Amino acid sequence: MSEAIARKVDTSHMKISDEVAIQITGMNKWYGAFHVLRDINMTVLKGERIVICGPSGSGKSTLIRCVNRLEEHQQGQIVVDGTELTSDLKNIDKVRSEVGMVFQHFNLFPHLTILENCTLAPIWVRKVPKKEAEETAMHFLSKVKIPEQAHKYPGQLSGGQQQRVAIARSLCMKPRIMLFDEPTSALDPEMIKEVLDTMIQLAEEGMTMICVTHEMGFAQAVANRVIFMDQGQIVEQNAPKEFFNNPQSDRTKLFLSQILGH
Amino acid sequence: MANTEASFVRTEMVAPQEPPLSERGVVKWVRENLFSGPLNTILTVLALVSLFYLVKLSLPWWLHGVWKANSLGECRQIIADAYGPDATGACWAMIRERWHQFIFGFYPPEMYWRPILSFGLLFVALAPALFFGDRRNNLVILAGVALFLLLSLWALDNDLLHIALIMMMMAGFVALVLIAPRKLLWFTLIYPALAQFLLWGGSVWGPVLTMLGLAVLAVVYVVLQPRFGVVMASAMGFVAACVWWLALQSSVSTALYTLMPIGLEALDSDQFGGFLLAFVIGVSSISAALPIGILLALGRRSDMLLIKTLSVTIIEFVRGVPLITMLFTASLLLQYFLPPRTNFDLILRVVILVTVFSAAYIAEVIRGGLAALPRGQFEAADALGLDYWQAQRLITMPQALKISIPGIVTTFIGLFKDTTLVTFVGLAEPLRGITSIVRADIDWKGIYWEPYIFVGAIFFLCCFSISRYSMYLEHKLKTDHR
Ligand SMILES: Nc1ncnc2c1ncn2[C@@H]1O[C@H](COP(=O)(O)OP(=O)(O)OP(=O)(O)O)[C@@H](O)[C@H]1O
Ligand SMILES: [Mg+2]
Repeated sequence: MSEAIARKVDTSHMKISDEVAIQITGMNKWYGAFHVLRDINMTVLKGERIVICGPSGSGKSTLIRCVNRLEEHQQGQIVVDGTELTSDLKNIDKVRSEVGMVFQHFNLFPHLTILENCTLAPIWVRKVPKKEAEETAMHFLSKVKIPEQAHKYPGQLSGGQQQRVAIARSLCMKPRIMLFDEPTSALDPEMIKEVLDTMIQLAEEGMTMICVTHEMGFAQAVANRVIFMDQGQIVEQNAPKEFFNNPQSDRTKLFLSQILGH
Repeated sequence: MANTEASFVRTEMVAPQEPPLSERGVVKWVRENLFSGPLNTILTVLALVSLFYLVKLSLPWWLHGVWKANSLGECRQIIADAYGPDATGACWAMIRERWHQFIFGFYPPEMYWRPILSFGLLFVALAPALFFGDRRNNLVILAGVALFLLLSLWALDNDLLHIALIMMMMAGFVALVLIAPRKLLWFTLIYPALAQFLLWGGSVWGPVLTMLGLAVLAVVYVVLQPRFGVVMASAMGFVAACVWWLALQSSVSTALYTLMPIGLEALDSDQFGGFLLAFVIGVSSISAALPIGILLALGRRSDMLLIKTLSVTIIEFVRGVPLITMLFTASLLLQYFLPPRTNFDLILRVVILVTVFSAAYIAEVIRGGLAALPRGQFEAADALGLDYWQAQRLITMPQALKISIPGIVTTFIGLFKDTTLVTFVGLAEPLRGITSIVRADIDWKGIYWEPYIFVGAIFFLCCFSISRYSMYLEHKLKTDHR
């Protein structure tokens, strides 16, 4: 597991403030009659790095997709950066432009070049002048170590490179919170490493992050809190050390024994 | 034994050789495609035999073609004199005498420069839309248009001054493309009004004020959009423009015309005919059907019940009813919906119908393209904070339209050929309208193949060009490298 994380993580800038970034209270969600998320209560402080794990179908994706309203919740309250998510489109657009999201399948726009992928939202949503947006984009592309690919199309890049572009694309909006939905699970081991490296770098700069991932090495090295979900509920949460070495619930133990193998 | 086989060292490298004769070039192709098995061989032989008979039957007809004669009888006489009494032959002399009717209908010959100029400028207007900012392609188009205008106006004995003015205008376009290729889109925007003015003539103020109606729409939209959103703002803009067009325009236009009587001699819609008519209907309907089709496709996928129901109703109704039925009932229905005493031009009526008709088909084609997009594209656009219209314009439509190019082009080619159906409402389209007029002439009575071949050839040329262009476009837009 942890061989993907080769380097020492610099924790000097990882500071958790007492400002609240995301507040979820009594949240419930149904797909038709199916109760996917049940009574979710969760507070994320600025600077926290949270890893969510759990068996397939436990509602991890649904939960983080509710945070930027890709999915609608039916009960309870979600407040992101002081803005409550209701059906008000203005609030939704505001939250979405503050929250970056990285998907399992990258979801780059195949008809636009890498650079255009990165400048699109700043230009149209933030109304940044094109030149400035391009400079920002190049800055973040250098940061994810692919500035030389800027004029290629997504289809010409490897999976790992595409995922790093997707991260850069989100960063170009200067988000305060980043959501990751299994960013490495569509990748080969070699590429997993480069993407995790980028994510660690982001954590080192103090970004507030929620990552759905099964990379337990990443969780141990970077997260300050691990949340375990099952059947649409938060079953256990703890600091990574405690979580892995001393799981409390039976479900967690079972899950950990399955994914850590042997 | 086993040992000698297991270890091997090559001492001499094998130089590359040509493949054997039977595996190369024509021989290989013939063997693989025509004679690869008994069934294939039989089919090939049968096809060759029927091809031979077809050519044997029709070749003399093509070879004996007569270009100079004054009537069908004279044609036949010439052929009989030259090739014997039983010989057959084409009588192209009819085309030579009547080509202008096939092209222009009953448009007054001294005004042919007007449709010709509109046709040339059509390509100037299309160039920036078809080739984006590609400077080289735009220049090639401009050069072609200039040459076409020069030659055809020259052949039609136009004033030298006249031709010089038009050439100066073309030079202006070239300069514009060289300096700022994107600015040519402004010409595209005013082209519809310009073409209407050139073709129908009359007061110049009519088309100018019609364009002004669009400006009214734009202003209302820009002012109201931040407060009311895209849909409401465009609806209100449209209402404002309609008020302008229906209530104010004609009186303002008359007033302006008495002050400044600028204009061309006015022509009536029944003077249009032949390919001029087919192009007017085809081009206007195609350019209007695409945006309407996009809106209908989006409407059908919308969450808003009213918009969705409306789109579904329009699409299903139009697809369920034959075009000819709609053409027949058009006059009746449109009379009900429009204010009384509006004298509604027949061609405009047909254009509106054909537009709605093909918009419904386009909508379904585009909906197919939208459905083919992965859900992740919509989600990524949402997650970046793009609003609905931005996401549609920047992310989903470019991709969906690209996927739908073959379907859209098929619909457009169908539409262009369907313009011949307007013969049923009494318009002189080239295929049946003009042909029957020509045949009514005592000189050409009984001529059969030639007009159809001529008209068919022109239609084929147009449709084939459209289809080649669509292949160019698909190739150009191919960025996914999958
Ligand atoms: N659009 C939908 N309609 C109905 N049910 C859905 C929908 N999306 C997800 N579900 C169901 O909701 C449950 C939770 O799905 P979710 O995608 O959040 O799981 P997950 O924890 O992310 O799983 P995985 O690890 O496989 O990604 C699953 O049982 C799934 O079948
Ligand atoms: Mg998931």
